[in-house]
Amino acid sequence: MAILVIAEHDNTALKAATLNTVAAAQKIGGDIHLLVAGSNCSAAAQEAATLNGVSLVKVADAAHYQNQTAENLTALVIANAAGYSHILAPATTFGKNLAPRIAALLDVAQISEITGVESADTFVRPIYAGNALATVKSADQTKVITVRSTAFDAVNRENAAKIDSISPAADTAQSTLTNRELTKSERPELGAAKIIVSGGRGLGSGENYHTLLEPLADKLGAALGASRAAVDAGFVPNDYQVGQTGKIVAPQLYIAVGISGAIQHLAGMKESKVIVAINKDPDAPIFQVADYGLVADLFETVPALVAAV
Amino acid sequence: MKILVPVKRVVDYNVKVRVKADGTGVDLANVKMSMNPFDEIAIEEAVRLKEAGIATEVIAVSCGVAACQETLRTAMAIGADRGILVETDVDLQPLAVAKLLQALCAKEQPQIVICGKQAIDDDANQTGQMLAALQNWPQATFASKVVLANGKATVTREIDGGLETLEISLPAVVSTDLRLNEPRYATLPNIMKAKKKPLDTVKPADLGVDVTPRLTTLKVAEPAKRSAGIRVADVAELVNKLKNEAKVI
Repeated sequence: MAILVIAEHDNTALKAATLNTVAAAQKIGGDIHLLVAGSNCSAAAQEAATLNGVSLVKVADAAHYQNQTAENLTALVIANAAGYSHILAPATTFGKNLAPRIAALLDVAQISEITGVESADTFVRPIYAGNALATVKSADQTKVITVRSTAFDAVNRENAAKIDSISPAADTAQSTLTNRELTKSERPELGAAKIIVSGGRGLGSGENYHTLLEPLADKLGAALGASRAAVDAGFVPNDYQVGQTGKIVAPQLYIAVGISGAIQHLAGMKESKVIVAINKDPDAPIFQVADYGLVADLFETVPALVAAV
Repeated sequence: MKILVPVKRVVDYNVKVRVKADGTGVDLANVKMSMNPFDEIAIEEAVRLKEAGIATEVIAVSCGVAACQETLRTAMAIGADRGILVETDVDLQPLAVAKLLQALCAKEQPQIVICGKQAIDDDANQTGQMLAALQNWPQATFASKVVLANGKATVTREIDGGLETLEISLPAVVSTDLRLNEPRYATLPNIMKAKKKPLDTVKPADLGVDVTPRLTTLKVAEPAKRSAGIRVADVAELVNKLKNEAKVI
């Protein structure tokens, strides 16, 4: 049994979720190959070879993999799928975009965002925004899976796996990237942060969000997140969103400021180790999941907290 | 240009679902059902393209039980021109739905399929990508802006860490993210009008599609409950707890 893990990277470095995906592959068990498809991506391939559990890194280096479009990566994976019992990708926007396309061409089901491995064909995945956990068994010959990174601890980097070049598939030329604007930030990435400071509609405006929460995040070395309500109200861009329709996070400490705690928000953060809620409404549902709740006016509390930590 | 929009009937997003005591699934008896919110955004986008004179016809498709007719009527009240129900009692999985849509694409020849990025019941986020693969069409998932011109779609996508813009040739599949638009409320006159719009019903067998599920659900369980913690009186107590009890700062 061999498992192909599709690495997410930016040609120079791996994205952290790749390490959690390899960890899920280890739980399934078998020979683990890591596919690095990119353009001038040897740095990412070298890094891939250091991941524990990986026996072989397959590198497809070609100009048309520069932006890793779903169309081109699917063609490459399909050409190299023979012999693999499982194909895994992280359940990030990258993996979610790609994995179903691969599964459909293999005529197999895709299993989304697994949080547990019961056996080589049986997996646990959240449904209904995490309000239920389904255990599903696949009857397909190849299992195509996306992995929720917060459910598996990242593998260490103490390995020196073999690196093989594979030939690229033809350019499908179906899709052209014309622009990519990544939010520039000195802060840690939401998915990888140990502490997250998150704001909701209670902040009242985008200006308040920035003036109140940024000093706190800076002081704690935290990432900034937001509820869907805050995103819908235009306080912050969508990539701040934590929840069923945004990012799923599980930091050591999650500080929810002015967030009521809608079901879809809780779905994205309730696996956090410690949750702090600051809200003036004592009946806000966020208090039902918070380890430490403070019923208070956030406009006074947050600056006081900045001063105290 | 024809636009095809798949819409799914799901448990309303405000409902807190309960897992059945026997662990076979979630309790759907007497639960309010609505159109999947992302599909509502897809219908709205298609209708706007028609209102802008870019699309000529918007066809809503729903796959599932007979009651999905209601979901199609909602789509038509927002502005879809007609509906197609692919009726079956089988529990449909994304691959089966993608194959049904593939068969309908062969029949209807749409230039673009706009679908929701994920349904809020199974949270799969697969059907659009699968349909694009089966059709060998390009795809632009998680769209926050769609511009159609000169046989191409220019789509801004919500990706981890920011945004990207793709140019794809048509025909293509686009899946919607939250910020693409704000769906309108269906007005009473439009709800009345929707009742008179054509709604065809077909069976999966009529389309030659095998919809047998590939995944078997062995059990459905409640997630581990997180117990509520304590209330702290002030910032000083909070900081003290975080430093000395939880040891996270």
